[in-house]
Amino acid sequence: MVEYKKAPIKAKDKMKQIMTNYFLDAYSAKDNGKKIAWITSGGPVEPLLAMDIIPIYPENHGAMIGASKMGQKLCSYAQGLGYPNDLCSYALADIACSKGEKGPIGQLPKPDLLICCNNICSTVVKWYEIQARYFDVPLFILDTPMCHTGFSYEIRSYVEQQFYELFLFLEHICKKKFNQERLQHIGMLSIQAQRLWQEILETTKHSPAPMSAFDAFFHLALIVTLRGTQVCVDYYKELLEEMHQRIEQGICAVPQEKFRILWDNLPIWYRTKWLSDKFAQKGVCLVADTYTSAWCSSLKYIDENNFLNPLSEAYTRIYLNQGIDIMADEIIKMIEKYMIHGFVMHSNRSCKPYSFGQYDIQNIIRAQTGIPILIIEADMLDETKFAEGQIESRIEAFVELLETRYEA
Amino acid sequence: MISVGIDIGSITVKCAVIKDNEILATSLDLTGFDVKKAWNKVFYDTINKANILEKQIDYIISTGYGRESVDIADKKITEITCHGAGAHFLDPRVRTVIDIGGQDSKAISLDKNGRILDFVMNDKCAAGTGRFLEVMARAMGVDLKEFGNLSLEAKDPVKISSLCTVFAESEVITMVSKGKKREDIIAGIHNSIASRTFSMANRLQISPPIMLTGGVAKNKGLVKALEKKFAQDIIVSPFAQLNGAIGAAYLAQNHKK
Repeated sequence: MVEYKKAPIKAKDKMKQIMTNYFLDAYSAKDNGKKIAWITSGGPVEPLLAMDIIPIYPENHGAMIGASKMGQKLCSYAQGLGYPNDLCSYALADIACSKGEKGPIGQLPKPDLLICCNNICSTVVKWYEIQARYFDVPLFILDTPMCHTGFSYEIRSYVEQQFYELFLFLEHICKKKFNQERLQHIGMLSIQAQRLWQEILETTKHSPAPMSAFDAFFHLALIVTLRGTQVCVDYYKELLEEMHQRIEQGICAVPQEKFRILWDNLPIWYRTKWLSDKFAQKGVCLVADTYTSAWCSSLKYIDENNFLNPLSEAYTRIYLNQGIDIMADEIIKMIEKYMIHGFVMHSNRSCKPYSFGQYDIQNIIRAQTGIPILIIEADMLDETKFAEGQIESRIEAFVELLETRYEA
Repeated sequence: MISVGIDIGSITVKCAVIKDNEILATSLDLTGFDVKKAWNKVFYDTINKANILEKQIDYIISTGYGRESVDIADKKITEITCHGAGAHFLDPRVRTVIDIGGQDSKAISLDKNGRILDFVMNDKCAAGTGRFLEVMARAMGVDLKEFGNLSLEAKDPVKISSLCTVFAESEVITMVSKGKKREDIIAGIHNSIASRTFSMANRLQISPPIMLTGGVAKNKGLVKALEKKFAQDIIVSPFAQLNGAIGAAYLAQNHKK
């Protein structure tokens, strides 16, 4: 019998270096004649890269703020400015940092333009409007209609038209012609990175899993910020190779893996270590999640030979921009693919579109798969919305439930 | 086989001793600030009542929010599993347990063997808990023991719309100053807890019969309000408040050191 052991993922240091270089480039953009665009996490980054614009993600910064446990301080600062407690904590923290409050890397490099795509939520529209006024920079809003039951010709042409408008917008700002060939090349790299990311996530089909969703939360940063670059492709090739090696060598996330869990919604950034330890102590591994897999969920709509054509479809039909029946179908596929024993849903006070349908999704999943489901209430960034005692009890009771269900 | 269950809740500590599937003794006391002192006292009171020696105990399980503080426990199990087990021990017909404790409320669905099929707990909020009732009784200047009985005398219960304990208290005070009848306000408070409990429990598939556990099960007004809301009779065991400790001791019956 193979003896399984735990070991840190080696590629991690390299990723930290890549992210450092990325931010250094961004901070020196002005000196190098480059422009900075702030962009929403689900926004189309490839056209920006095609124009040599450096994309910066306030949401990725939000994750860093959360992981550094600075969320509460920044959210309460923004609340002091008059923004409500119910507002998305990423928006609150970003607004606080823009006004001079310091985050884990100080402040983000100031934007020259803003790109907002509402495929992830509609809060981003108001959030980016506020920032556009504050920084006095142009804002482009890409409106992707909600795909409740599917996609249509009308949606495609409506969104496609906006992509052409985006190219014109970028031409106007950069004062140069938009390069479609360059976009095709970047698109290829983007697709390659998304495929690699998918392969990396799928290595956890192996039991025990070579990594957990907590690792995926960390390694996600590149597919969000740097997809469409060679650096990203090279890094994920290395990470994938390491995952294969870990499987061969019996290295895994939870050596005593008894139960395999699927996670829904954003991570609770300031508690990832606590949660990871809590689950691991009980032999539970979070092998997959709906969040990190969202960055490769549109692959099925992409045509490698013509990147531009299905761009509108790929950016519109992302996980969060669909009806809950479609979301539930995707979850059920994941439950089968990863041999899941239980489903943990984070009801995230900040992320309304992610959390709103959870009780309905829970009912659909329960009816169709019968697996135990736990909902825990918290927030991705704001520590005041996390009640340790209650969450601990729920998790422990959930594991007891899994034990009686599967070990009886 | 002698086993002990110790349930440390936010308001009270409960202890039960079971010998060969028969309850020998139970007791309870306030948790207070010093949790360790509280369970020590309750533990020794109970084994004295049961007329057994500590060394005769085969297995101890602790449960409740303070379960980790019980260093003499052989195992720690959450109150959810223990409440399910306790209800099954007290009445094996039970398929749904509604437990309203000091700081949380939960609904648990059980299979015929008393195993947990699913559970839900209240939000991070004290509305619909024992503490909510305590705060309201104090605001109304009524002894907690009388609170439930008074609600049964209501002719025209008021509607309490606030879900927050603190705001509901001010809402109640406003109604008092408007001259609303005391029993109507109290009935309104009970209805508000019942409807909050119902909407939480409804996330589960509620199968009859339902048993109500936790300290508030002593409150007849609440039982009536819940029966109305759930449109069915609700079983209340005389051991309702001790159910978690009994469940822990019952689960401990199946263990050997």
